[in-house]
Amino acid sequence: MDGLHIHGVHHAYGDTKVLQGISLTVPAGELVCLLGPSGCGKTTLLRLAAGLERLQAGSIAIDEKVVAGDGVKVLPEHRRVGYMFQDYALFPHLDVTDNIMFGLFRWSGEEAKARTAEVLRQVGLEQHAHKFPHTLSGGQQQRVALARAIAPKPRLVLLDEPFSGLDTNMRVRIREQTLNVLKEAGVATLMVTHDPEEAMYMADRIKVMGEGGNVLQSGRPTEIYYQPVDEYVARLFGPVNEIVTEARGREVKTPFGVVPARDYADGDRVKVLIRPESFSLSNAANGSNSRRVEVSASHLLGDSSLVEFRLADQLDDSENQLFKVQIPGNFDPLDHTRVWIGLAPEDAFVFAGD
Amino acid sequence: MTPVAAVVYLALTPEPGDDIWSHLVSTVLPDYIITTVGLMIGVGIGTVLIGVSAAWLVTMCRFPGRRIFEWAMLLPMAMPAYVIAYVYTDILEYAGPVQGMLREMFGWQTGRDYWFPEIRSLGGAISMMTLVLYPYVYLLSRAAFLEQSIGVLEASRVLGRGPWHGFFTVALPLARPGIVIGLSLVLMETLNDFGTVDFFAVNTFSLGIFDVWMNMSNVSGAAQLATVLLLFVALLVLSERYARRKQRFHNTSSKYQALPGLRLRGKLGLLAMTICALPVLLGFVLPTWILIEYAVQYFDPLLASEIAGYAWNSIKLSLLAGGLAVVVAIVIAYSVRIRGGQVLTSLSRLASLGYAVPGAVLAVGVMNVLGPLDNSIDAYSRETFGISTGLIFSGTIAAVTFGYLVRFLALSLGTVEAGLGKITPNMDGAARSLGHGALSTMRRVHMPLMRTSVLTAVMLVFVDCMKELPMTTILRPFNFQTLATFVHQYASDEQLGEAALAALSIVGVGILPVILLSYAIARSRPGHGQVMARPRQKNKMSKGSR
Repeated sequence: MDGLHIHGVHHAYGDTKVLQGISLTVPAGELVCLLGPSGCGKTTLLRLAAGLERLQAGSIAIDEKVVAGDGVKVLPEHRRVGYMFQDYALFPHLDVTDNIMFGLFRWSGEEAKARTAEVLRQVGLEQHAHKFPHTLSGGQQQRVALARAIAPKPRLVLLDEPFSGLDTNMRVRIREQTLNVLKEAGVATLMVTHDPEEAMYMADRIKVMGEGGNVLQSGRPTEIYYQPVDEYVARLFGPVNEIVTEARGREVKTPFGVVPARDYADGDRVKVLIRPESFSLSNAANGSNSRRVEVSASHLLGDSSLVEFRLADQLDDSENQLFKVQIPGNFDPLDHTRVWIGLAPEDAFVFAGD
Repeated sequence: MTPVAAVVYLALTPEPGDDIWSHLVSTVLPDYIITTVGLMIGVGIGTVLIGVSAAWLVTMCRFPGRRIFEWAMLLPMAMPAYVIAYVYTDILEYAGPVQGMLREMFGWQTGRDYWFPEIRSLGGAISMMTLVLYPYVYLLSRAAFLEQSIGVLEASRVLGRGPWHGFFTVALPLARPGIVIGLSLVLMETLNDFGTVDFFAVNTFSLGIFDVWMNMSNVSGAAQLATVLLLFVALLVLSERYARRKQRFHNTSSKYQALPGLRLRGKLGLLAMTICALPVLLGFVLPTWILIEYAVQYFDPLLASEIAGYAWNSIKLSLLAGGLAVVVAIVIAYSVRIRGGQVLTSLSRLASLGYAVPGAVLAVGVMNVLGPLDNSIDAYSRETFGISTGLIFSGTIAAVTFGYLVRFLALSLGTVEAGLGKITPNMDGAARSLGHGALSTMRRVHMPLMRTSVLTAVMLVFVDCMKELPMTTILRPFNFQTLATFVHQYASDEQLGEAALAALSIVGVGILPVILLSYAIARSRPGHGQVMARPRQKNKMSKGSR
């Protein structure tokens, strides 16, 4: 199968282990995202794939040919890999066209020119063809870097935090355009990011990496979001509500109804994690998993509202914690407004307690 | 570094009979210490006063002529201290025009009728060195003031403090590391000076080393003095490193706006102009003018052709040293970049210490490294081929070049490293992944990006070699003259007129880096000039040019 195959890669800088047994496959035309905190070795993996770092253990193959491992070491210039660096690494002494042409030195003059014009059009920079990098905005520099990486028609594209240098509005526009360009090219792409939303948007499949340089979970974006394998993955997407309690009869009782807990025996301490957006909020009781509470505050976030409440009729201190609910639209309650909070049992995640 | 080690070794193992240490301690050493410390304190205070106030005025205030002073304040850098010393002695001594005019005006007959400061004194040496060395403090404190975010100054205004109070409580403390670095450079140059103190007979360590070596022919004694001098230098280097370490945490606010431009009108503006104009006039314009007058007055085709020969010697030597220094710097910088490693990095730091070591000390060291080397080569060749090679290195151009290389390697290394620093490792990665091999990357990415810094490095070393006096004097081959030694010899004999043309040439060459520096400093302010450039791409020239 064409694409990138990484098998059993370990890497350490001195005594610090940054990658521990990473295996992954990126088929041609697919975009795989490595999602993890900074310093977890994501960039190292990209550098290994590009041949910019010496492989210590494992093997890497591109289009069924081993490029590193088993005594093989293909130099970076012979791997046909497009690499987009976090700092873009544009050549300051070359203008946009020459930056893109830099990788086309084996092409004939005519073809190289035509290809440069084509990628410039793809990233929408035709009118900046003869500007120098330092005169361009951050978003334009990013697109030059992308154009330069894909111009020689690489077998594999590597993106290192491609949008981290951009402001929020720009980021949304640029990542849409980047995704289109990559899909049009139909090339295998491995991207690293620490931004879960970005990973969800871009990726066909996501690999969540932990601090230790190992993969915690891999799957489609929906699987990562709706079926996190552990507390760490569940918490990636922002603050969650947490209830600490005990399992009984393969179930957990919460203030918002009973949640299944098949993996836990009677008396096991468990943590129930509920995303703010998993709660529903209504003016009337709605099924058995529904509970009446008094709203203590509401904040408009833009296209959604963050509503805070306490379990008013519970006098027990431990139970009287603050919960947060995120609902679409503007919710502007009067003081002491009482609402019904509902929860679908499958939207609560149960993990082992401390 | 080998020469420095040789000096210390020599100092610790004096030959019997040669050991005059106790003699030195009981006679001249206290004098050397007091004079050297006095000179350092005087020059230190003088350069900080002039340099910092001028930098503040030029950076933060608006007054007539400010834009010219911005770069003109650097001009005295082109003037070697010994040249300015000859010029001022010529016009201020008893037989000189100034005293002559005074006598005429007031009808005085002899020197007993009035008091006039003796220029050939410690005070005179302090004034001379202050006039030509203050640009170091000016340059670095100005860079520090420019880098300060105006935000902190505005915060001080908003908190109810006037602009002058802001200077003393905010701007000055923030600029302190820069000022300390400038000051330590000034003091290193002060310790290095030989021409001025020799001419003024001010007994500093540098002079003492020459005296003990040349006139008493006592190498161990010279080495011992040199070692004491090295202690001074070590102290300076440490304080400079300490200041740099703190400098990192500087910019607390990343907002750079146009500087406030405190407007100085009327008397205040005039005062500011005077403060800036005086050092430039006294340190550059006046002496240059006098030199030009002399050069024209004493012009003689025969002498000019003789000087041309010396100039050619100077240029040959300086170009050779400049080229070598850059080649060595590139090799070191690349090994550090490719291998990294603690050892290589500290070796490169060590190599750059040469700049702090005074020329007289290095000369002693170079002689004592090359001497034994020559002897062993000679012995080997006699043994194997039956031919005596004589002294190959000592007393040849090779010795002078080696001395220059050790002393000025720091300059080229700093500049080359700064240039290489602009090429991020990711640029190498980008070139490689785009299909270019290591050589092609070197040719198409590194060479075009490094060209400017390499040329700058050659030029900086070249100019400093042209001016260099103490090492050249000791290490040059017999009867070999450079511009600097020629000027020193003639001016010491009170024949300034004959030396003027050669002195002017040295000053002329010295102007080159001044132009470069003023150009660099104009562009070095973050958030200034290149609008979209990210911070990490900011111009690092100021580091490379010390």
